[in-house]
Amino acid sequence: MKPISLKNAALVTGLSSVLLLTGCLEDNDSDNDSDSSPEPITYSYEVTTVNLTTGQPLSPLAVIAHAQSYSAFTIGEPASSGLELMAEGGDNSQLIEEAITNGAFATVSGTGPVAPSGEDTLTFELTEQEAQTAVVSVTSMLVNTNDAFTLVSGSLSELAPGETMALNGLTYDSGTEANSEASNTIPGPADSGVGFDAARDDIADQVTMHGGVITVDDGLESSVLNETHRWDNPVVRVFVTRTE
Amino acid sequence: MKTSFIKTITLAAAVATSAVSINTQAAEYSITITNLTRGIYFTPILVTAHPDSASLFAAGETASTSLQAMAEGGDISGLVADLQAVSATSVENPAQGLLAPGAYTTTTLNTDGSPGNTQLSVVAMMLPTNDGFIGLNSAYLPTQVGQTMTYDVNAYDAGTEANDEVRGSGAPGEPGFPAPGPVGEASGMNGTGINASVEGSVHIHRNVLGDFSATEGVSDIDATVHRWLNPVARVTVELVSE
Repeated sequence: MKPISLKNAALVTGLSSVLLLTGCLEDNDSDNDSDSSPEPITYSYEVTTVNLTTGQPLSPLAVIAHAQSYSAFTIGEPASSGLELMAEGGDNSQLIEEAITNGAFATVSGTGPVAPSGEDTLTFELTEQEAQTAVVSVTSMLVNTNDAFTLVSGSLSELAPGETMALNGLTYDSGTEANSEASNTIPGPADSGVGFDAARDDIADQVTMHGGVITVDDGLESSVLNETHRWDNPVVRVFVTRTE
Repeated sequence: MKTSFIKTITLAAAVATSAVSINTQAAEYSITITNLTRGIYFTPILVTAHPDSASLFAAGETASTSLQAMAEGGDISGLVADLQAVSATSVENPAQGLLAPGAYTTTTLNTDGSPGNTQLSVVAMMLPTNDGFIGLNSAYLPTQVGQTMTYDVNAYDAGTEANDEVRGSGAPGEPGFPAPGPVGEASGMNGTGINASVEGSVHIHRNVLGDFSATEGVSDIDATVHRWLNPVARVTVELVSE
């Protein structure tokens, strides 16, 4: 088993960039550039998220660039209020506010849901200093569930201009709502029911991986979901490109 | 957390003390194992650094009797003995009992004097299952001080016991799953048993079926609590010093 890092692929594509960099260093031996005043360098990124599921539209994506010290959740710990709001109802606004409070470098939200097999592309910029330590996280609710969400993170620090890294997103359970799959508990089109409810009534108030949905087709008679709403990991593939 | 075990657990340090310090390569690793699942408990975990030439199991192959004992009842003593025979460096039962859903445990492993122990393996039985286990199999250890590697770990089926999904024995070759403490509390009773047979080789677990009744039905496993999607565990390992 290999370490989970899809950066191997990115590194291969980055070889040409390394060669370019080498050329630049040689040019700099003449020291011509050192006299010009240092202009702030902007690092630009493009994040394309593909929905890999059959029957789970994704709530508007939240893309957050942040320091390594920040994490939107910890396995085994209770979800933040912002995460609960997104995981139960698809509203990422409070989660983004929490990230900003925790020093996020950049945040951007999608403007609409991402349909199965669909994709959405969002962009953000960082300063050179931020880019040295930045991690990008992409998160969204699987809307035909009680409180399932995906979140995937990748380090930006070694991403060269023109280079793309691919990340696979797993599915987590915010642990804030029982996975009843019952009528009027699921905000997505399968039910058009209630999303967020402040009550925390899952088997434990902690974030874990999600075990998937059962659905009426697999014997849960009270479920409003059918077999098309099932999924397996990964549920999203995220391509992060440094455009400049 | 403290819970009664299914099996007698041989005490740790047996392996560690057998590795006499010769002061050649004193590599110390910090290893954290997290249970990512919503409802599955891990039995005593075995963490081991071993030579490239050894492995605890191979997908597609028949399980060893030692792996079978771990996967069916959580007894890691046979695997520990196998590892001692190849001078592996092991840590037994770092969580000191069951590792609950969402919980983690951190341990230190020191391959002092055994530079050949370059491969990391981590196994533990998953409860409630008949013979499911978490399996990190011969992963690379970090080689630079401060370097951290993260592995997502999948659920395997040892292929040695029929997945009838009812309470029973943890002894190798006997049907059913053991249900100690919190596992018993979260599991059903009186299941009639799923018609299943021994698969014969180690493979990725196809997940539990479960049912929706705690007092009847075909399974003593709860479909709404105990199903999982891979990965089921996350292992992070950092080379702290050498």
